[in-house]
Amino acid sequence: MPAKPSLPGFLQGMAVTARTAKETMFPDGLKNPIPQPSKGAATVQYPHDKEEPAARARGVISLQEDNCTSCMLCARECPDWCIYIEGHKTLAPPRREGGKPRSVNKLDRFDIDYSLCMYCGICVEVCPFEALYWSPEYEYSEVRIADLLHDKSRLGEWFETVPDFEPYEAGAEVKQKPVSRKGAK
Amino acid sequence: MIGLAYWAETAIKVGIAAAVVPTGAAVAVYLFLFKLISFMQSRLGPMEAGPHGSLQLVAEVGKWLQKEDIIPDNADKTLFKLPPFIILATTFLMFVVIPAGPTAIVSSLPVGIFYILAVSSISVIGILIAGWASANKYALMGGIRAAGQLIAYELPMILAVVGVVIQAGTLNMQEIVYQQSGGEIFGLDWIGNPYILTQFVGFIIFLVAIQAELGQTPFDMPVAESEVVGGYLVEYTGIRFLVFFLSEFAAAVGFSAIAATLFLGGWQLPESWGIGRTAMHFIGPLVIFGKAIALTGVIFWVRFSMPRLREDQLQRFAWKFLIPASLANIAITAILKVAV
Repeated sequence: MPAKPSLPGFLQGMAVTARTAKETMFPDGLKNPIPQPSKGAATVQYPHDKEEPAARARGVISLQEDNCTSCMLCARECPDWCIYIEGHKTLAPPRREGGKPRSVNKLDRFDIDYSLCMYCGICVEVCPFEALYWSPEYEYSEVRIADLLHDKSRLGEWFETVPDFEPYEAGAEVKQKPVSRKGAK
Repeated sequence: MIGLAYWAETAIKVGIAAAVVPTGAAVAVYLFLFKLISFMQSRLGPMEAGPHGSLQLVAEVGKWLQKEDIIPDNADKTLFKLPPFIILATTFLMFVVIPAGPTAIVSSLPVGIFYILAVSSISVIGILIAGWASANKYALMGGIRAAGQLIAYELPMILAVVGVVIQAGTLNMQEIVYQQSGGEIFGLDWIGNPYILTQFVGFIIFLVAIQAELGQTPFDMPVAESEVVGGYLVEYTGIRFLVFFLSEFAAAVGFSAIAATLFLGGWQLPESWGIGRTAMHFIGPLVIFGKAIALTGVIFWVRFSMPRLREDQLQRFAWKFLIPASLANIAITAILKVAV
């Protein structure tokens, strides 16, 4: 015998929706009889008002260009193969006085195709040189799908929004060497 | 009374009906489908088109009108085009005998309520045709579900109305309204004698039945999107879908107006308030519109609060509970009518 719809549960449901409607329309209680749904609603009218994303929200992947050595680990680990890297070898001035010039990789191109990216974050995890970070930036939609291919200058702009490293809690196991986001060279 | 030629009177009545029915539907859509449900979910609903989104429906209608009119290859082309007109016609015909004032009635039929119950059940034919002509298994399932549901709930609706008819002793809607405005109940005369007080069981049964007749949740199995992907509406696009959609809301307002007329005293305010007949020519339409919109609000409140029942629960509830309850209501009403 299937359960019958019970009346008290039915009335409870009606009361819940009515209460929510009341709280949305009259957030100050019924003493203020002018409905203020804009104040009572839990939502934000997006293009007009913006919600502050959480500091460590995973909005977009940003690049600290100076740290990148074009090692291609991120491009190879990417499940969607949406990272395109090109670089060339060049000579940099020696670290110490009188030393010989160092051979470094100069990054020519670092593009992420956000129309393919699935935001898994594997590239951020795999980067051994602290070059990729999650940024809380989220407003980068484009009209044309091809415009979602963002280059290293755009990825570098997003790096400015990356929050600085937060210290571990007292007693927490330090699994990774804390690296400051700002001014990391 | 102003003397008017028959054609002039008819033209005015048609014009008013053609204005009132879409307006009622639009008000119901804006107030309840756009705003009430949003507030019940702690959000704002449409806010961009017009002040507080009040022109949203106009924008939506514009969008629907632009859409391609698709008729499936295997569909029965002639029959496929027919149902929106049937549904629209029954919706308009329903408003014919709803009185909105001492003379504001399209046609004061002597058997008004009987006429409404007959006309409103024609929409079943439209829905069945829509389900069959779409040549789609989901549409057919939806159409058959709708037919079974509308037949099952037509009965308690009629039986609930019979209680009112026995008590009023007339089938004329206008007479039923006048019966409720006078008299006294429990020694009080300031609220008149609306039949909701004596026919409360009938009122509840009527509300449940119109909820099911309109296919509103929790009785929306014919268009259940998770079971039959929209039922008989599945192949309809653009303006044809628009007609189905707005007819549903116009019918909601229409059925609410009928319920308001039968149980809440219609356009009439209690006689003891001493408002003259001339004033009622102007106040009456507002009163019946307000009552109808309020009852539509109750229908949508239930719709937004409840999940869908199962098909067998729906049928069991109609045949095993509503119909016996309404028969008992008729029996008790008849006994009291004769005895008291």
